Amino acid sequence: MTRNSPAAGRPDAAELLKTKEEGTTVKLTRRILMGAVMGGFLASTAGAAMAKTDLTFWSWRQEDRAFYQDIIKKFQEKEPDITVKFETYAPENYQTILSTALAAGRGPDVIQVRAYGNLETIATPGYLLALDKTNVPELANFPEAALAAETLRSDGKVYAVPFATQAQLIVYNKKIFADNGIKVPTTWDELMEAAKALKAKNINPFTNGTATAWQNETIVGGLLSSMLGKQFEDDIVSGKANFTDPRFVSALTKLKEISQYFSPNFTGVDYPSSQQLFVAGRGAMFAGGSYEVANFKGQNPSLDLGVFPSPVLKAGDQAIIATYYDGGYAVNAKSEKKDAALKFVRFLATPEYGTSFTNTLKNLSPIKGIKIEDAVTQDVAKLAQNAMSYLMLVRFRYQEPSGSVLLQSNIQKMLAGQQTPEQAAAAINAGIATYYKPFQK
Amino acid sequence: MPLSVQQSRTWKHRGWVAFLVLPPIAFICLFVVYPILSAFGYAFYNWQGLARGEFVGLANFREVLFGPTMGPVVWNAFLHNVQALVALMIIQNGGGFLLAWLLYKEPFGFRFHRVAVFVPVVLSTIIVGFLWKLFLNPNFGIVNQALYSVGLDALAKPWLGDSATALPALILANAWHFIGFPTLVYLAGMQRIPSELIEAARLDGTSEWQLLKNIVWPLVAPSTTILFTLLFIGAFNWFEIPYVMAGLDGSPFGTTDVLGLVFYRTAFGNQSASIQNFGQGSALATLLFLFIVVFASLLTLWLRRREIQI
Repeated sequence: MTRNSPAAGRPDAAELLKTKEEGTTVKLTRRILMGAVMGGFLASTAGAAMAKTDLTFWSWRQEDRAFYQDIIKKFQEKEPDITVKFETYAPENYQTILSTALAAGRGPDVIQVRAYGNLETIATPGYLLALDKTNVPELANFPEAALAAETLRSDGKVYAVPFATQAQLIVYNKKIFADNGIKVPTTWDELMEAAKALKAKNINPFTNGTATAWQNETIVGGLLSSMLGKQFEDDIVSGKANFTDPRFVSALTKLKEISQYFSPNFTGVDYPSSQQLFVAGRGAMFAGGSYEVANFKGQNPSLDLGVFPSPVLKAGDQAIIATYYDGGYAVNAKSEKKDAALKFVRFLATPEYGTSFTNTLKNLSPIKGIKIEDAVTQDVAKLAQNAMSYLMLVRFRYQEPSGSVLLQSNIQKMLAGQQTPEQAAAAINAGIATYYKPFQK
Repeated sequence: MPLSVQQSRTWKHRGWVAFLVLPPIAFICLFVVYPILSAFGYAFYNWQGLARGEFVGLANFREVLFGPTMGPVVWNAFLHNVQALVALMIIQNGGGFLLAWLLYKEPFGFRFHRVAVFVPVVLSTIIVGFLWKLFLNPNFGIVNQALYSVGLDALAKPWLGDSATALPALILANAWHFIGFPTLVYLAGMQRIPSELIEAARLDGTSEWQLLKNIVWPLVAPSTTILFTLLFIGAFNWFEIPYVMAGLDGSPFGTTDVLGLVFYRTAFGNQSASIQNFGQGSALATLLFLFIVVFASLLTLWLRRREIQI
């Protein structure tokens, strides 16, 4: 057993800052030298104007490097005097590295940030530049909900340009559906029947498992949104209802019923295993994020996939999906090159950028007026017009215990048969009520 | 005033000692003492991300130990650390002692087994955790497959998803990984026992159990001191195996949560609760550090007293 004293982690961060600092010094020296050379044959003021501006751009999306390099190239066709250096860090450490750098007054000029509660930890201490229609007119290209995801609740200002709409829905294997004569279900009863029919033919209806905590939240979003409904979200926000509401409890009861059609031994099936089962064609459906589609297709291009929204309780109700915004591009408030950084961020808010983001990464950009090539992404875009929030992430990830943590562990417990839907709902409600005023009445 | 030869020699000597000692001391101060002290300092402030807010006295400590949100989580995790300590003390150190005794008696192929038992210790914990996660996969892992193949279907379980078996599974994986270490330390301890002592006991007709209990166990006391102390520290700093096999949340529903995971989640946030609370994280780290220092010292003092010199 090796030691993992928390204090031992800190020198790493210090080391990291040091290397960053060296990087800046090198860059600074290079710029001074360049300035000197320029100044040699031009007037000294002209020298500064002619010098290239080097921007750094941090992200956790190492897998999208090729795409971003391409985008930077396109940007430079418009702004030849600005260079952008794309640097990535592992997603699980990104927040730590970024906040350490920002706290030390350093960090990149342009920052890929997350949304909602996660954005607040960075925006609240004033590390990010507030964006508005004067410095980024392209904000008009975004729907209100997307901007809300990048807005600080305390001052109502937008701090980043959103980059992706994500949706929780049901992904299905079209071939398995066709081979077994299954139609896309629209009501909950139809879904239960479809699952039963598949199971009778020894096909795993859902490959989902609950061993990875956060999968429980995506499962709820993917399967229960239509039964909860937009009105439920409004009532939660206004305080008219809380999580002990019959709509929530009965939806959880339905979830408990359908869990018999998840992977065999689903309580022990973790996220990667559930994905692998679906990719290998060993199951018909996967309740989860729209981001899974590109991932599944990447691993098995022969898969013919479709998406459908969570089924409604009775025919005629409106089917909806749960959406949220993944994150955005922000400008460091302490950057010395804010003008150049803003130019780059404005470029990342154009429909051209949104189109290329959507078609290359198969992730839906929230920018209005984009042209989508991929059929599944088109479906997601269409479904996203009728959506409720991915509730816990959008509304309850600002304080401890976060709604997400409560939902995940209590659903996990409920599906393991260790508590009833009523108990799960009561536990979730009690946790949120510790800080959420409307529930304290 | 010129120095005498004697004086200059002392100064030379002192300079030489300082030259050798100061760099490591500076290194330790910079990378061990300073971070620990600063974490201690951080614990008294309110934090917004990594920006320090106002001084809040002992509020963070209070919240960590008795707060309505953090308190139950911390004590739940502490309980799991204690369970891991007790179980590993028996399985890992006790098993190691018995394995060492077997190897000491040099059975057929003992050279091979001596190496084999130590091999897992050399592997990275990340690899071991991942390996055991695959072994314990409910649908294609070898543990359940083996049970099916011998007709023990009733015993097959989603090991890591079942709240009754998840923590024991992590403890066993950890014991599998590290049992070679106590084995080796005990084996070395046994080999230091003068063989005439053991031979004399055998001639007197002592049983194997009496030999182990009255002669070997007391004489390997120095090894026990080291192993118990290290295990105590390790069990309360336990992080890697739970992190790899159960995830940052101590899945399922907190039944594998340990203090290391709670600290990480609190200070740095996780995927589903992005709130970073450096003050409470530091408070927890400080408490954990003090707990380990105090109890590990007491344990060492107590274990030292039972060591005997031959």
